[in-house]
Amino acid sequence: MTPLTPPPARRILVDGEPTLIDPPVRGTMEPPSLSANARNGRGRAPAEQVTERMRIESVSLAYGEKWVVRDVSLPVRQGEVLALIGASGSGKTTLLRSLNRLTEITTGASRAGRVTLDGEEIEQIEVNDLRRRVSMVFQQPNPFPMSIFENVAYALREEHAARRDRQRRGRRGRRELEPAVIDAVRRAGLYDEVADDLDRPALRLSGGQQQRLCIARALAAGPEVLLLDEPCSALDPISTATIEELIVGLRERVAIVIVTHNLQQAMRVADHVAFMHLGELVEYGTSEQVFERPAMERTREYISGAFG
Amino acid sequence: MATAPVAAGLKPPAKPRSKPRDSFSSWPWTDRIAYGLCWAAGLALCAIAAWIVLYMAIKGISYLKPSLLVQSPVGSPNQSGSGGFLDPIEGTFLVTAIGIAVAAPLGVAVAVWLSEYARPAGLARAVESGVETIAGTPSVVLAIFGLLVFSKSFLAFLSQTSAGGAVFGRSFLTAGLIMSLLAIPLIVGSTREALAQVPAHVREASYALGKTKATTIRRVLLPSVRPSIASGITLGMGRIIGDTAIVVILLGASLRIEGAGGAPVLSLLRGTGSTLTSYVKENSPAGEGNAPQKAYAAAFVLLVIVIALNAIVVRLSGGQDHAGGPR
Repeated sequence: MTPLTPPPARRILVDGEPTLIDPPVRGTMEPPSLSANARNGRGRAPAEQVTERMRIESVSLAYGEKWVVRDVSLPVRQGEVLALIGASGSGKTTLLRSLNRLTEITTGASRAGRVTLDGEEIEQIEVNDLRRRVSMVFQQPNPFPMSIFENVAYALREEHAARRDRQRRGRRGRRELEPAVIDAVRRAGLYDEVADDLDRPALRLSGGQQQRLCIARALAAGPEVLLLDEPCSALDPISTATIEELIVGLRERVAIVIVTHNLQQAMRVADHVAFMHLGELVEYGTSEQVFERPAMERTREYISGAFG
Repeated sequence: MATAPVAAGLKPPAKPRSKPRDSFSSWPWTDRIAYGLCWAAGLALCAIAAWIVLYMAIKGISYLKPSLLVQSPVGSPNQSGSGGFLDPIEGTFLVTAIGIAVAAPLGVAVAVWLSEYARPAGLARAVESGVETIAGTPSVVLAIFGLLVFSKSFLAFLSQTSAGGAVFGRSFLTAGLIMSLLAIPLIVGSTREALAQVPAHVREASYALGKTKATTIRRVLLPSVRPSIASGITLGMGRIIGDTAIVVILLGASLRIEGAGGAPVLSLLRGTGSTLTSYVKENSPAGEGNAPQKAYAAAFVLLVIVIALNAIVVRLSGGQDHAGGPR
């Protein structure tokens, strides 16, 4: 239980090349015109209805003796996109993975604090039910080695087989699943491209299509929260744009948490932004607030590219 | 070189060293000898392989008659009357089928356990070294061990019992079971290696959809490693087909397939027989039959089967199409 080392923000500034960029003057930080685009594009105005789905209360996470996340509290709301930003090793991904208890499969991981989903503590929810309700998309597109249809049907199928009360142990027929599969593929914005042949092997799709298929798969189970771990970092800019658009469109029906290294992306898609550094939550606010009027020195340094 | 036109204002490229430091003539003589030996060894191996195949093909084809493939062998001192080797061919396929039917599920199960569970660690190490031990045991030792075990009276149902009550211990079943030990390490190895190559995030993606570990293994991991399982099985088949010791000791190496009597399929499984390998051995000048022409013909058939299997392995592991078909 070593105490955390003091935040190295200053040290980084001293060690690094003296930065030539003037510290951005508060309020006038306009360099990424994307921010303006985003605002014009869809307006920062939150969705009509914003409901809190998850609540993260003083959560700390550790791998063995090493603290990775320290005392973080955040709300996760449906109707908006929450972006977790911060340098590598700041604990964003670990925090994200703890929301569907995926951290538990790492040996030696431990957690303190409370996370609730619709008021219920996630420890109390059966883990596979929880993961169906809090679904996740990964950094690398990872469709399973089966057809497009089966990839999505996979998410639907055993969901029902597992519910004993339904007593439908047998595989549900394709006809029965088809509407749900098509709906998920359509919501992921992939349907027009693959409609002609849903039986094509998923691994033959392009990277961007594969990632949208992964989103479709994650949506198929009807989750309340969708976790995205740097979903675009392996994709080209065009696929990225498609997926960002998709994310913004999805927030009405699911709460979205996205981890990203790409600040422009956070600006484009997020309604709220949480900036983490060395496991601590430094700043949380609307993305305008965080990107244009950051309250903390460290946030300002990070978003102006001073470190990270 | 230096005369290549150079745009104004640019310096011509520096003159290259006349001899790169890496040139052969600058090597120490030990390296040169080793290099030469590497070449020689590679070429020699190619030559030997070509020699084997060509020699066997010439010998084999010259003695091979279609009738040999469809006639049962007959114990006759007269070569023209000793029939073909239909029974050994059937025996080869039967023993291989039994061996693989046992080895494939066991091997895949062991590989999955080692790769996905492997707890406690001590047990995992024990299983691992167990597999290695089996892989390293000479097949004749396995065969003798099998004869010992299968002669126990409680295992009499696997083979025949003589009138005096002695359990024979030799049958297609007992030979197939021991043969499966030859294939298991190969299937475990290739399956496990393939499972290790499935990235962790693929498993996590399945967990993140609310799937259990068992479902993930059955629906995601096993389909992804199917080509490797297939190539492990094919390699195992090659081992089984090529083995002689187990056939001679545990299959009885009877000239013809001799049923044990009783229900037809069971009679066959409990009966004795021979395979191409034992047929070749017995008919070679070193064996009892001493019918070299037949030995060459049978050896050629054996070689063709094994080479065909190798080609399948190459196809499965090289032309591996991860895309898979619709499930």
